[in-house]
Amino acid sequence: MNRRVVITGLGVCAPNGTDLDSFTHALKNGVSGITFHQELKNLNFGCQIAGKPNVGESNLNDYFTKLQLKGLNASGVVYGVMAGVDAWKDAGLAIASKETPDWDSGIVFGTGILGVDKFREAIYLVDKGSARRLGSTSVMQTMASGISAYLGGILGCGNQVTTNSSACTTGTEGVIMAYDRIMSGKAERILTGSCSDSGPYVWGGFDAMRILPRQYNDNPTQGSRPLSASAAGFVPGSGAGALVLESLESALKRGAKIYVEVLGGAINSGGQRGEGSMTAPNNEGVQRCIGDAIKNAGILTSDIDTINGHLTATAKDSIEIKNWSVALERSGKDFPYINSFKGTIGHCLAAAGSIECVASILQFKVGKLFGNPNCSDLHSEITNIVDSSKIPQQTVSYQPNILAKASFGFGDVNACVIFKAYKNE
Amino acid sequence: MNKDEHYQKLKNIVSLYLPEDVSADKITAESHLTNELNINSANLVDIVLDVEDAFDIMLENEDMDGMQTINDALLIIDKKLSDK
Repeated sequence: MNRRVVITGLGVCAPNGTDLDSFTHALKNGVSGITFHQELKNLNFGCQIAGKPNVGESNLNDYFTKLQLKGLNASGVVYGVMAGVDAWKDAGLAIASKETPDWDSGIVFGTGILGVDKFREAIYLVDKGSARRLGSTSVMQTMASGISAYLGGILGCGNQVTTNSSACTTGTEGVIMAYDRIMSGKAERILTGSCSDSGPYVWGGFDAMRILPRQYNDNPTQGSRPLSASAAGFVPGSGAGALVLESLESALKRGAKIYVEVLGGAINSGGQRGEGSMTAPNNEGVQRCIGDAIKNAGILTSDIDTINGHLTATAKDSIEIKNWSVALERSGKDFPYINSFKGTIGHCLAAAGSIECVASILQFKVGKLFGNPNCSDLHSEITNIVDSSKIPQQTVSYQPNILAKASFGFGDVNACVIFKAYKNE
Repeated sequence: MNKDEHYQKLKNIVSLYLPEDVSADKITAESHLTNELNINSANLVDIVLDVEDAFDIMLENEDMDGMQTINDALLIIDKKLSDK
């Protein structure tokens, strides 16, 4: 079985927008979601800026019952449920009836670590000898698959319901996992996405590794500088992105709107060999991943007109550009347009891939390439490979046709997915 | 605190755990928590914790096992309070 797969629903809960309209507006106009966090200053963090979705209390009642909200202290669950339910509604899909699940719909919703704040509560109680006071939701708020479990119950999905985890690759990997399952005929629809908790317990380890910028605490919106010569590390973020993948057959039958077609993708690992390590990619692995995605999609390297990179704003940005150039055998003015959304969103870790896939696809919808803020000083190692006209600083009008989106993560893992403007042919 | 106050207090606690399609009006002194009110059995531990906080008592495992109906719960609460 080899079926065509399309995307029919999107949802997002990002630092610079918690619904599709505000998120699109923010990306179009370079509105940053990165702010100073007094809490991080109080805790002596080097980097005191971060991207955190602005979720109002009233908002939560639209997504959770009063009972679900009682004792809910897992920001990743909040972001993931908001984005996931929004994507489901955006796709025009109904919530399954009380008695019978929708056997053809599943969930692949990833995370890095879930319910960190809830886990902290639990640790204090357990250490005090009060495990009996944990209540009934400590487990589901802190188990990794809690997010897919919450969504699965709210929507009533009866196909595979699971959580993937591959560091910063998680969200993009999920799209490919969903694609594979639908393409092979095992499901009609998969809600895929990923979420990442907010807060010092998630971000502290990265601060300790000294890979976050420390000189922008007074100037947060300037802190995330992908592709720039003055990039000083990634700004940590949090949130969730969600996408409904669906067989073309099912989408047409429902008369659903179609954002893009998923042509294919590839997932691999550099094996932490060569220049690869726990924290650095094996370049051959990255190049193979991009090449394999192109092969899997059945296109030519010259067909790609737009790239959304991983590009976190570290010294690795120029290495990533080089890997794209080698894999595509394209450079200079022949290089596709490329952008990174991390300049305004920050690096949302496990949620990055899905939030950025949503943003990539919104570009098809609005006919724009969202600009790259904070890189007026493009890194010379990058401009030596790519003509600066291919790295728009401001949002430009452009209708992408084939876009490649890649994410890379700790553990030397890679994922690359190919989206194409949908044409009924 | 008299018996009626206890009942109201307990009713308010239990109400939060009712499934969406069960109204709080359905709660009576005789109501069985899981069989009649359809409360998810996992939530019984949360009701116990809320009762402990609201009445400033501590319930043992065997108390929980005996807490099948609203009346059962009220009797256990009364006993704990009088033992204090």
